Amino acid sequence: MSGTVPVALSVNGRKVASEVEPRTLLVTYLREHLGLTGTHVGCDTSQCGACVVHLDGRSVKSCTLLAVQADGHEVTTIEGLGSPENLHPMQIAFNEHHGLQCGFCTPGMIMSAVDFASRHPDPTPLEVREWLEGNICRCTGYHNIVASVEAGARAMAKA
Amino acid sequence: MYSFDYHKPRSLDEATALLADHPEARLLAGGMTLLPTLKQRLASPSDLIDLSGMPDLVGIQVSDSEIRIGAMTTHAAVAHSPEIAAKLPALAALAEGIGDPQVRHRGTIGGSISNADPAADYPSAVLGLGATVVTDRREIAGDDFFTAMFETALEPGEIVRQVRLPVPLAAGYAKFPNPASRYAVVGAFVARTAGGVRVAITGAAPSVFRLPDMEAALTASFTPAAIAGISVPADDLNSDPHASAEYRAHLIGVMVGRAINFALEH
Repeated sequence: MSGTVPVALSVNGRKVASEVEPRTLLVTYLREHLGLTGTHVGCDTSQCGACVVHLDGRSVKSCTLLAVQADGHEVTTIEGLGSPENLHPMQIAFNEHHGLQCGFCTPGMIMSAVDFASRHPDPTPLEVREWLEGNICRCTGYHNIVASVEAGARAMAKA
Repeated sequence: MYSFDYHKPRSLDEATALLADHPEARLLAGGMTLLPTLKQRLASPSDLIDLSGMPDLVGIQVSDSEIRIGAMTTHAAVAHSPEIAAKLPALAALAEGIGDPQVRHRGTIGGSISNADPAADYPSAVLGLGATVVTDRREIAGDDFFTAMFETALEPGEIVRQVRLPVPLAAGYAKFPNPASRYAVVGAFVARTAGGVRVAITGAAPSVFRLPDMEAALTASFTPAAIAGISVPADDLNSDPHASAEYRAHLIGVMVGRAINFALEH
């Protein structure tokens, strides 16, 4: 059983093609095959959201997706959002509002928040908190995260 | 995860042939239950047959009398459909309450009902509305679809194509969610139809079930007060660290009341 299968997808605007085992998770492919270690594995049980990336613009948990399921699709990771010299408005908002403590959940928080903000340009704190159901911060730094997402959404709407 | 072979058929015929050739295969819809199950090595299918290569299985069609939802339509698509919000807001609210946003972007109605988790939300809508499940070979009445915990009337190799939900006069859904998973500790779907009221309960027992006493009372008077004196015996209800059977029995009355209020307000 099971050799490898070809996958070809776009990651952060770059076309990549590989041979992978069907059981390879997307997060494993991103981190171990492509070296994009900004996407984190937290709980590995689809609860915590540290592994959130965008698949065709929608936030998904890359620990609960096979790499082959992303074949032919566009994936965006935290590395594709901005660069240290040119941060994304949501990254600036997390920086300015100190939306992190240890930082482990931050890539997933930001990827989830960018998806949310793209459709909620002026969110209420309650809308942000409901959206972040799928992202867990074990430092419990939610207050500043919510403030960051609110500010980031408004900054994205202006950009 | 144990290794498996992967297939992405482009037609139901191709999928059916693959299932016939690989008796230990599993169908992959959104994967929101199956992939965590595989990761925990609780299942070891020889093959996964991914149903995402068939655009025919995705989509929402709404008429005055019926809503047709393709099996591979995501919870997010149902939650955000303006037509469903207009015709059956209870279903949009149900879909919006499943899991979390990332789960709703991948999870599908066909996967949910085929898995028949006792705490899933969609089974209550299928039973509560008297929906019809359309497969690759027949139509199955919602009343006959859910047979036991994680068990359905689907035969080996049978594939859900579509769910057809009749549009009721009014409907409501309310659940007491597990605070961690958002699965229903108890969920109640209430539908007022021309033929009477239907009440379906999920989360409380091994499989979704109806409440004839409440249905009769609500057919006579569609108000929360009509069910005030009706208690549900705890005997056959689930008991676990999240809620005792007695607490679930109590929650049923509370959730049905909230579902009625939703129906009256929307």
